Amino acid sequence: MALGAAEKSKFRSKESVFADNTFRSLVFACAITLLAVVGLIVFELITQSHLSVSKFGFRFLQRSIWDPVAEDFGALPFIYGTLVSSFIALILAVPLSVGTALFLTELCPEKIRGILSLLVELLAAIPSVIYGLWGIFVLAPFLRFHIEPFLGRYFAWTGFFTGPKYGIGMLAAGIILAIMILPIIASITREVVMAVPRQQREAALALGATKWEMLNMAVLRNARPGVFGGIILGLGRAFGETMAVTMVIGNRAEIAKSLFAPGHTLASVIANEFTEAVGNTYQSALIEMALVLFVLTLIVNAMAGLLVWSITRGMPSRALA
Amino acid sequence: MLKQHGTNISLRRRLTNNLALGTITAFAIVVTIPLFLILGTVIYHGIGGLNWDFFTQIPKPMDETGGGMANAIVGSMMILGLASIIGVPLGIGAGVFLAEYGRNAAGNIVRFTADVLNGVPSIVIGLTAYALVVVPQHHFSMLSGSVALGIMMIPTISRTTEEVLLMVPQSIREAALGLGIPQWRTTVSVVLRTASAGIITSIMLAFARIAGETAPLMFTTLGNQYWNSKPNQPTAALPLQIFSYSVMPYDKAHQLAWTGALLLISMIMVTVIIFRYFANRGVMKGAS
Repeated sequence: MALGAAEKSKFRSKESVFADNTFRSLVFACAITLLAVVGLIVFELITQSHLSVSKFGFRFLQRSIWDPVAEDFGALPFIYGTLVSSFIALILAVPLSVGTALFLTELCPEKIRGILSLLVELLAAIPSVIYGLWGIFVLAPFLRFHIEPFLGRYFAWTGFFTGPKYGIGMLAAGIILAIMILPIIASITREVVMAVPRQQREAALALGATKWEMLNMAVLRNARPGVFGGIILGLGRAFGETMAVTMVIGNRAEIAKSLFAPGHTLASVIANEFTEAVGNTYQSALIEMALVLFVLTLIVNAMAGLLVWSITRGMPSRALA
Repeated sequence: MLKQHGTNISLRRRLTNNLALGTITAFAIVVTIPLFLILGTVIYHGIGGLNWDFFTQIPKPMDETGGGMANAIVGSMMILGLASIIGVPLGIGAGVFLAEYGRNAAGNIVRFTADVLNGVPSIVIGLTAYALVVVPQHHFSMLSGSVALGIMMIPTISRTTEEVLLMVPQSIREAALGLGIPQWRTTVSVVLRTASAGIITSIMLAFARIAGETAPLMFTTLGNQYWNSKPNQPTAALPLQIFSYSVMPYDKAHQLAWTGALLLISMIMVTVIIFRYFANRGVMKGAS
């Protein structure tokens, strides 16, 4: 067979050219499928949400009404819930994950580096539904009986930690999300920190900097846009996270200042209500929520992509895990 | 005086240094705690429910004893199998395009789109599959869930395939072409074969990522209390079943949810560790 092909190649037979072109078109078609899928997602979201968009217009994003019986809908409590739970997650996850990334790249003894990065990777592999299961039966009771009474006693004056302590609520959702986005931020940070040239570190040390001063001045300062990109990528993940959040957030469409109170997010309301949504307006309103969520994650991911790319463009590309 | 001043600063700097490095180390340790807590609880609660019934029986009403998740386990395997039939060839094809013909603007557009698709929340992909398959069919089905999960596999597989193919030395391609082998044949029989171990591990990684997905299945495969093997009927899936049991007010349901979680998490962990093993052996460095 190979010999036959070799003989043919002397004059590049028509069949051989045809086969090459066919193969090329075939893999091109596979690549085009990617574009088609994203196009279809956008198309379906826009057409299916048209009813709600034309009925409520921009007020949809500003109103807090959620009344399936009267078919009157507003997305504000859900947008609020998505943003607040994700920001709690960021506040908790950023120091921990950046610290972990620095430890892995700069401080860690060679022996435990492999095992520690495997552990972080495994954390990323735990399915959302299992985080939710653990959240319901372990995290929420723990928060309810230990953490929330403590926060309520000493920090009630901030206004964020008041009211009945259910365990289930915005705080629980934020903590679960923090654990879930830790590995993403850590892996991106690790990548951009490794992209900082070695000479920068050596120069700082040669000037007499301590190790921390070297990390702070030579490494973190250079890697800052990339670290920021990793953080934003984690934020995008937190926006779209569904199962774990819906299992621990309490699913109530209210805007409350207290983090003990139950809330709702864009993703959790779709998961909860879509199969039971009767009536075209109701379904359409939920699909408009998906459209809002899609646009939010698109903006956030594009920003993150640009920032990470600005740091690692000289390096071989790695799939964003 | 000057010297004393110097030692003072040095002490402060030393303290700051130790404090900062200590904090970083402590953070790294704290990050591993949730993993052990979650794995520990899942094993602790789940192991008691591992018995023959769990693997062989379908769910029974909550007031009866016994019952298992056999239909959900088989259902998940069928959904994932069908998803792989959709996602794997498309993903590999797109990866081949990116590596062999994609060093240009078209390739960059495809790469960017793959990253966009990777970032789309899974529930949005589920809704799209609902609109594409469930609405025209007028009922929930295994196929619609597989379409959603298959779509989610494409970006992961295509980007890792691209990386693995780019690691195949150019000289191997040139050697094959120099022997007069057509380009398509070079790609299929030489480049893809050289990179096959890497591609297989990348498929496993994508598989592990979608195996635990629940949100895209909620309004596509829907779930089922009974056996189903027809692609156009609602089907039970392990993650869905874990979810619905965990929100039920019965101890027995919780037990089944934990055992299901143990099964799911072990499958995924084993896959990831195998992937990691191959990645460390250099089959596909840089693609983890």
